[in-house]
Amino acid sequence: MLPEIGHSSLVLASLLAFLNVSFLVWLQLKSDAAIEQTSLFSLAAASRRLVIGQWFFVTLAFISLALCFVGNDFSVAYVVQHSNILLPLNYKISAVWGGHEGSLLLWLWILCLWSSMLVIVYRNQSLPMSVNIRLFGVLGFITLGFLLFILFTSNPFDRVLPVFPMDGQDLNPLLQDFGLIVHPPMLYMGYVGFSIPFAFAVTGLLEGEFDRTWAARAKPWAKGAWAFLTIGIALGSWWAYYELGWGGWWFWDPVENASFMPWLAGIALIHSLLACEKRDGFRIWTVLIAIICFSLSLLGTFMVRSGVLTSVHSFASDPSRGLFILVFLALVVGISLLLFFLRAGRLQTQTGFSFLSKEFFLLLNNIFLLVACSTVLLGTLFPIISDVLDLGKISVGPPYFNSLFFPLGVLLLFVMSIVPELRWGGVSLNESYRKIFVALLLSVLLSVLFLWLFFIDIHLKVLIVLSLCLWSLVLLFWRNGFVARILRLDLLKDMSISEKNMHLAHFGFLVALIGIALTSMYSEERDVSLGMNESVTIANHDFMFSGVEQLQGPNYLATRGLVKVTSPSGKALSLHPEKRHYYMQQKPMTEAAINPGFLRDIYVALGEDLGAERWSLRIYYKPFVRWIWLGALIMGLSCFYYLLSQNRLVKKVLGGDV
Amino acid sequence: MNEDTSKKLGLVIPLILFVAMIPLFFFAMGEDKEEIPSPLIGKRMPDFLLPSLDGDGIYDRQSILGEPFILNVWGSWCPSCILEHPYLSELNQKGVKIVGLNYKDTEEGAREFLEKLGNPFAVIIVDAKGELGIELGVYGAPESYLLNGNGEILFKRVGVIDERIWKEQMEAIYLKAIENEKSEKGVN
Repeated sequence: MLPEIGHSSLVLASLLAFLNVSFLVWLQLKSDAAIEQTSLFSLAAASRRLVIGQWFFVTLAFISLALCFVGNDFSVAYVVQHSNILLPLNYKISAVWGGHEGSLLLWLWILCLWSSMLVIVYRNQSLPMSVNIRLFGVLGFITLGFLLFILFTSNPFDRVLPVFPMDGQDLNPLLQDFGLIVHPPMLYMGYVGFSIPFAFAVTGLLEGEFDRTWAARAKPWAKGAWAFLTIGIALGSWWAYYELGWGGWWFWDPVENASFMPWLAGIALIHSLLACEKRDGFRIWTVLIAIICFSLSLLGTFMVRSGVLTSVHSFASDPSRGLFILVFLALVVGISLLLFFLRAGRLQTQTGFSFLSKEFFLLLNNIFLLVACSTVLLGTLFPIISDVLDLGKISVGPPYFNSLFFPLGVLLLFVMSIVPELRWGGVSLNESYRKIFVALLLSVLLSVLFLWLFFIDIHLKVLIVLSLCLWSLVLLFWRNGFVARILRLDLLKDMSISEKNMHLAHFGFLVALIGIALTSMYSEERDVSLGMNESVTIANHDFMFSGVEQLQGPNYLATRGLVKVTSPSGKALSLHPEKRHYYMQQKPMTEAAINPGFLRDIYVALGEDLGAERWSLRIYYKPFVRWIWLGALIMGLSCFYYLLSQNRLVKKVLGGDV
Repeated sequence: MNEDTSKKLGLVIPLILFVAMIPLFFFAMGEDKEEIPSPLIGKRMPDFLLPSLDGDGIYDRQSILGEPFILNVWGSWCPSCILEHPYLSELNQKGVKIVGLNYKDTEEGAREFLEKLGNPFAVIIVDAKGELGIELGVYGAPESYLLNGNGEILFKRVGVIDERIWKEQMEAIYLKAIENEKSEKGVN
């Protein structure tokens, strides 16, 4: 019964989404003069209700699927593949989005959630009626596409009848983790959230206008989506770090890249929307980036689902799925870029700005970000290109990305530090010159001192990145009355909420970057083979191995190693890395033992049994690695803070603008 | 070219770039990544020394060869094997020789499974620790190998064999192997 309820809810939702699209088409076919205000009014009201309706039915489908998992309904193929009787309840629920079909349902549900939030924010008809219809028509088109994709190629409610198994196959042990419960929903909130600025951009093209009012409308949504994406990516990186047992936090895996591209484009979008809002310029550019940003999200979805790439994240591939989503991608992106080509010319404005202006540097930042984005895109697609052209199977590894991201990062950092010093429209920098140079000198000295105290040897690359980060920080504090403010603990007082958001987000970015630079260059890692009570010294820490023991888990059997670590200051701690064998699956899983710290992590993973009580162990010493996720958290939370405070202001702002 | 047209041309660049990408994706999709070529294809299956489920002694490679056959990796712990089992019985009735490799299973479990669902296997080799499994590169159960009479691996299937898979991917190889076998015997 439940699967049928879920299935029919999806069918009903697609009918509603279809109505949204047909309103849009109807509006496009009629000339504006021929439409009566009253019918326009009722269509606008209806299109808002339809969105809420879609959200309701998709929620119903989602709950049905979750109940199938909880009730062990093994007549549902998707449940058979991703659950079994022994699976703990919380993983049964998170297993709902543990596979291809269910995670698409989550994607869809989040899309409906964002659209509904849009309805709620603009519930007082503060948008013009035609904008209303077009906006929800565009979103309805995307919703409809995903609904049909699910119904025709990836239905999670498909049954295995008449003979169905008594028990399921278990969820991939990799995915039995807190990381899985939160990582995909966060990431999807980000990916899908970019559909809102995208819808604004396309609606703007259809309406033939995209001015500062439009930018002001789209900006909070872009920030929200980006904040979720930031936290989602950070969670994924953190999850890979402690769960996969690889000891790294970023692997340039194609699917990681797929989330990284919209993230980069998202930064460009937020800054471009800002410039458009403040100066009414960059209209065409902003619209283009909004389209690119969501297209990259869709492209990511396509790459993961169609099997064009192989990666740890890949879902089982199926050519019909790939073809469907490719056609859909081509339609959404193709139509919007075609519209861009035909209509963007109308958005043209003439706003002049000089070289030393905020606008110019924001544009520069946008270009660097898009170059970075293309770099990732090229690196991700290159293996595919070479495969298709029969040049042999090639994988583009970290060396490519790292060598390109260092100079791009330095350029970005430079621009980022300078921008807040500049004014809109451009102004002479005379009084700031000295300050900027003094700050630079100060930060280089500080960096040298810090690196020398902490690590003794000084890498040039780290020195450059660290100096620029500190430079940015020093300028930030200096501008705001540095010492006096620190003493009064009111660093952010007298600032508008957007300014606080900006400074905090930049601060988070710098924290993450410092973490990346230090952990990349100063980490130590060793693979060692240790017998009973043997020890090894890594990064001044002493690691002693005291054998293994067997341990029984709820649905696995574990071999647990005991490692005693003594720090240079004589503090001792014990770590217990595990190797787990899940009963239902043959793959052994590595559970690394991690001792976290603000300044360093110690990470021990248990390797192979070498016989005679000897084991291979992988030991890492990772300085400042937590700063990466801390920085991401600050970036994300600063945007949420902005959005929450915006909520009270929303009525005032929007009440004024229409 | 006036300024307007050049601007217009600038606006079309994103569209062109995107359209150029589509055929790339289309052709990339055709490449089947699921089919991980086994390095063992075209080679003889690894030798082994393992007991049978019937307890009638220790088997090695030579003892299971002779005619083309399917080596099916299964276990009573594997739900998909239950799904696959009726079709294996059907193949067996058609005269296809199937050797079972009982993989990481318990003896009671395996016996119970066969009692309930029937036994299509000519012989069942017991690989309780997965030793032969490692040599063969088994991903999980069910998994099947198609071998000729000399023990050369002709085809590997990860996952359930059903009628569609058999007809589309395996039957032709099997029939050809039978054919070769006959002609060799004819020559001798």
